[in-house]
Amino acid sequence: MGISLTPAAAEHVRKFIAKRGKGIGLRLGVRTSGCSGMAYVLEFADQIESDDQVFEQHGVKVVVDPKSLLYLDGTEVDYAREGLNEGFRFNNPNVANQCGCGESFSV
Amino acid sequence: MTLLQISEPGRSPEPHQRRLAAGIDLGTTNSLVATVRSGGPVTLPDSAGHHLLPSVVHYRKGAPPLVGEEARRHLATDPQNTISSIKRMMGKGSADITGSGQRLPYRLVEGDSAVPRLHTAGGEFSAVEISAEILRALRRRAEQSLGGELYGVVITVPAYFDDAQRQATRDAARLAGLNVLRLLNEPTAAAVAYGLEQGAEGIYVVYDLGGGTFDVSLLRLSRGVFEVLATAGDTALGGDDMDLLVARWIMRQAGIGDDAGHHQLRRLLAAARGAKEGLTTAGSVSLEVELEGGGRWRGQLSRSRFEQLVEPLIKKTLAPCRRVLRDASVAADQVREVILVGGSTRAPLVQRLVGEFFGKEPLDGVDPDRVVAIGAAIQADILAGNKPDQEMLLLDVTPLSLGLETMGGLVEKVIPRNTPIPVSRAQEFTTYRDGQTAMAIHVLQGERELVSDCRSLGRFELRGIPPMVAGAARIRVTFQVDADGLLSVSAREETKGVEASIQVKPSYGLTDSEIEQMLKDSLAHASEDVAARTLREQQVEADRVLEALKTALDEDGESLLDSGERTAIEEAMEELRGAREGSDAREIKRAIKRLEQRSQAFAARRMDAGIKRALQGHALEEVAGPAGR
Repeated sequence: MGISLTPAAAEHVRKFIAKRGKGIGLRLGVRTSGCSGMAYVLEFADQIESDDQVFEQHGVKVVVDPKSLLYLDGTEVDYAREGLNEGFRFNNPNVANQCGCGESFSV
Repeated sequence: MTLLQISEPGRSPEPHQRRLAAGIDLGTTNSLVATVRSGGPVTLPDSAGHHLLPSVVHYRKGAPPLVGEEARRHLATDPQNTISSIKRMMGKGSADITGSGQRLPYRLVEGDSAVPRLHTAGGEFSAVEISAEILRALRRRAEQSLGGELYGVVITVPAYFDDAQRQATRDAARLAGLNVLRLLNEPTAAAVAYGLEQGAEGIYVVYDLGGGTFDVSLLRLSRGVFEVLATAGDTALGGDDMDLLVARWIMRQAGIGDDAGHHQLRRLLAAARGAKEGLTTAGSVSLEVELEGGGRWRGQLSRSRFEQLVEPLIKKTLAPCRRVLRDASVAADQVREVILVGGSTRAPLVQRLVGEFFGKEPLDGVDPDRVVAIGAAIQADILAGNKPDQEMLLLDVTPLSLGLETMGGLVEKVIPRNTPIPVSRAQEFTTYRDGQTAMAIHVLQGERELVSDCRSLGRFELRGIPPMVAGAARIRVTFQVDADGLLSVSAREETKGVEASIQVKPSYGLTDSEIEQMLKDSLAHASEDVAARTLREQQVEADRVLEALKTALDEDGESLLDSGERTAIEEAMEELRGAREGSDAREIKRAIKRLEQRSQAFAARRMDAGIKRALQGHALEEVAGPAGR
């Protein structure tokens, strides 16, 4: 299992890191909060901690801490467009419920 | 479903708490909106992929106004109901406009109102209302692109805008339902887009040649703060004039007379603009113009011929450049960098002549049409709190420390001087006496340790604190300085939630030399101040211990202590009282320690006995200052 990026997501991550000028990859995580209990964390990774898991996808490093991985295992991250809006979307098989916005979820 | 953006490490927003921020370049000819997403600033296009929104509003009868490209199409056919360049009227009174000699195709509404209103098919509108339409269109575009409501925006204004023009811009934003985080000077925004605020201190020039206006500004960067030293320009000089010169040349070549009709002229101008843009990269372009009587004219325009045509125009921009240098008493070779703003600066001749004038290659890494909006977006992102602190952009700082008075006439600094604003800092304080139900908050400014040496900014009282033993109450005092330098201080009792607050303008009435004097004093008296502070702190602590112990003895001394124990404690109290009157902080500290040791058993017994009488509190409302926590 693990985490996967679609080619479109990987391409955008690469572009954003290049524009930002630093960063070794993308950090994914979850934390408790929000209307359905958990919320996604999506950040630039500037360093890798010793217990982090690293998945390499289309040349992009995806960094996840072991606790978050329990909730994210099998997740596919995609890059999508909706009208003028665009951004990343999580397709997470562990999710039992999510609030209408998709910003928080429960397992 | 929300589409997520990548945040800076540790900055992932809470769900539904994302603070969407945008920068808006509200221009005379074109406007733009930009935002920072996934680590970088971008301007936002409309659904057709156009980034620039023409600053044109077309009013119709019985239908909502059109904004942008759709409105611009009516410029030639319906000039009275199609308003362009409204920025020139912002913040102006009727007298300013009729007296300026500007020929406007609009019908001004007669009346004694100080604010001029334009009569259109859709009704009568002021410049503020018309600008608000443009802002509304940009807001819609931003909210659709970002998938949520905007938390706030930074809007850019020319450096020479006065208070009335700035206020009019704020009013337009409010009408459009936007929360203005800050107005930013256009040249400063351009410098921010290049990240110059993190670079070397010194003098920077921003050369802004837009469609219809030319501005040049001289900025000085020191300690991360940009100061506009001088501005100059020409409000009737821009890229449109280049188009006109090229159109005249075509007319001469094609034998078109001066009596050419409207449509012919518009076709000529469009062809001229196309040629100008093409010549930015090409050495020569071909032209083709439909003639009014049928047939077409074909020709070639080389870059060197084009440059001959427009050179006098570009040379005209150098006089204001000379003027800003003179006004600020700066020599051209002191200028660190020259930043180009405005689409017309793409012309290679502009870059060459400006480069020669200032003796250095101008910066052109950021799209000159978008550079101002991009700087505004970067600033908006920071003001909305989406950046880690170390990347905080220093645009303005608190000149002196801000704090409050604590027991014993001491100043507790809450916001140190040179802190970038806007800033918010909170600190927790507690009550000094048992049963204290009110607290006096005295807000102070200055670097000294004692209240008497600092400047008083204001006082207020927090009442309704539930009676508790001294030190049990939790009073959170928050100091907040907004981007305009306005300080608000609020105090909140955490258990019952009672609140009180005050607003002051800290720099009000203080001149630079007064600030400097206050700083000098603080340095001169630094060691003296520290000694005074230590002494006062120990004195306050001694008073607190003595008072607490006296209360305890009155309540439980009889029942929990035998006479020998009581005498021992009272001796130590007497000793502390003596030390407190002296000026040796260390001696007071030692006496407090001894007293605490001797009363330890007593305190333990009180706890064991489970006596909670003290918690019942006092009905008396006592006002005392806050105690440090």
